[in-house]
Amino acid sequence: MPRRTFLSTAMAGVGFVAAGLSSWPSQLLALTKAGAEGLVDQLVADINQVIATNKSEASKIRDFEQIFSRYADTAIMARYVLGADVRTASPAQLRAFTDAFEKYIANKYGRRFREFIGGTVTVTDSRQIKAGYEVKAIAKLKGEAPFGVSFLVSDKSGRGKFYNLFIEGVNMLLTERTEIGAIMDQNGGSIDKTTAALKR
Amino acid sequence: MHLWLSRLAALPAATVITLTAACTVPSEEHRASGEVFDPYENVNRKVHAFNIGVDKVIYRPAAKGYVFILPDEIRTSIGYFADNMSKPTDVVDFLAQGRIKEAVITVGRFLMNTTIGFGGLADPATEFGIPDLDTDFGEVLYTWGFDEGAYIELPFFGPSTERDSVGLAVDVFTNPLGYLEYGSNFQNLRYGSYILDRLNDRGTYSETIDTVLYESADSYAQARIIFLQNRRFELAGEGGDPYVDAYADPYADPYEDAYADPYADPYADIFDDPEATADRF
Repeated sequence: MPRRTFLSTAMAGVGFVAAGLSSWPSQLLALTKAGAEGLVDQLVADINQVIATNKSEASKIRDFEQIFSRYADTAIMARYVLGADVRTASPAQLRAFTDAFEKYIANKYGRRFREFIGGTVTVTDSRQIKAGYEVKAIAKLKGEAPFGVSFLVSDKSGRGKFYNLFIEGVNMLLTERTEIGAIMDQNGGSIDKTTAALKR
Repeated sequence: MHLWLSRLAALPAATVITLTAACTVPSEEHRASGEVFDPYENVNRKVHAFNIGVDKVIYRPAAKGYVFILPDEIRTSIGYFADNMSKPTDVVDFLAQGRIKEAVITVGRFLMNTTIGFGGLADPATEFGIPDLDTDFGEVLYTWGFDEGAYIELPFFGPSTERDSVGLAVDVFTNPLGYLEYGSNFQNLRYGSYILDRLNDRGTYSETIDTVLYESADSYAQARIIFLQNRRFELAGEGGDPYVDAYADPYADPYEDAYADPYADPYADIFDDPEATADRF
């Protein structure tokens, strides 16, 4: 009966994978099963490299942010988490929001780097989905039962980038849409104030 | 054996029938919308505030103290013990689902860990490749076809659903060892070790849980969405019926449709002619 708390597994996993995916190489256009495995192996090596450096946490998060903005499809992610509110946003507002969202994600998940020390992610399977590919993997963190992770990758941005992930069924984008929706509500539905709130 | 079997059959059956009869079922339209079914949100939010208070004042500090004072090895041992104590319940719940194979494996696991595993304080079963399979009466109800019901945040226990709340109540009675002569001792050990194991989890994943509970704009909504997604995944697996289609991709998001292809130029003025690209996806 005592299940591992859902929050711990799910959230630790989200952080680990978000951190890792940020270093996803860009040549995903012709993704094959073997290619996908290689990519994830590569990304795990990259995360471990970031973790292993002696930089301060703040500087690691800055690194992470750069990697994230390069390898995550933040434009589509930002649009998704805004949901219906995207309709009222001007292009400039959307750009500012996307920028703030990028930093917010990098900071939120990057701060938990230390939980991922010694962790491994192993690709088990991949399949084509509507927008691109789903790459399934098993993550093993220290002191955790192994758990499943799915990476959703698309080249609709013009380059292979990840746009969502699932940790034990928890959809990162859906979860963040709930959170961004709450911040919007607290700010009277103002996208400018929400953008400002994300920067804090 | 006869004693516990008959009591076992009578008690939960009565409870299940009474409680699940009261389960709230969302309308078809609501179900189709993929929205969270939370008709008791007002009450739930009060319970959530209460739980946050309990966490702040008791649970979180106790958990921090627990992981600070006790060495890792001892806490892991208590975790094994708690897990082992829950196994008889799991066996009953597996049987109730007709999952005989899982029940047999779990009996084997329990016997091995209870004997050569020093009463459950060690986990030799895992070393021998016997998997640690979990279930609960909420899953039994799921298997029996009961609806998930409304979302409920329980005092102390946290996020749940109507179906899982009934399951939780029934599982008080599904431990067969609880019906033995010294059964109340088993139950006390079981719940005692369960609480310690929960403290361990709260302490070990402190930062992660703090992020959700204390850094979210709406910790109630965050806990709710994470719990429901994870629980549905746990019950149904990937082929199941998650709140939203798990693979509904944002590229096909209905909000997107009325607009342009953001990849043509994400920041172009797309408001001039929404019709032009409406069918791009």
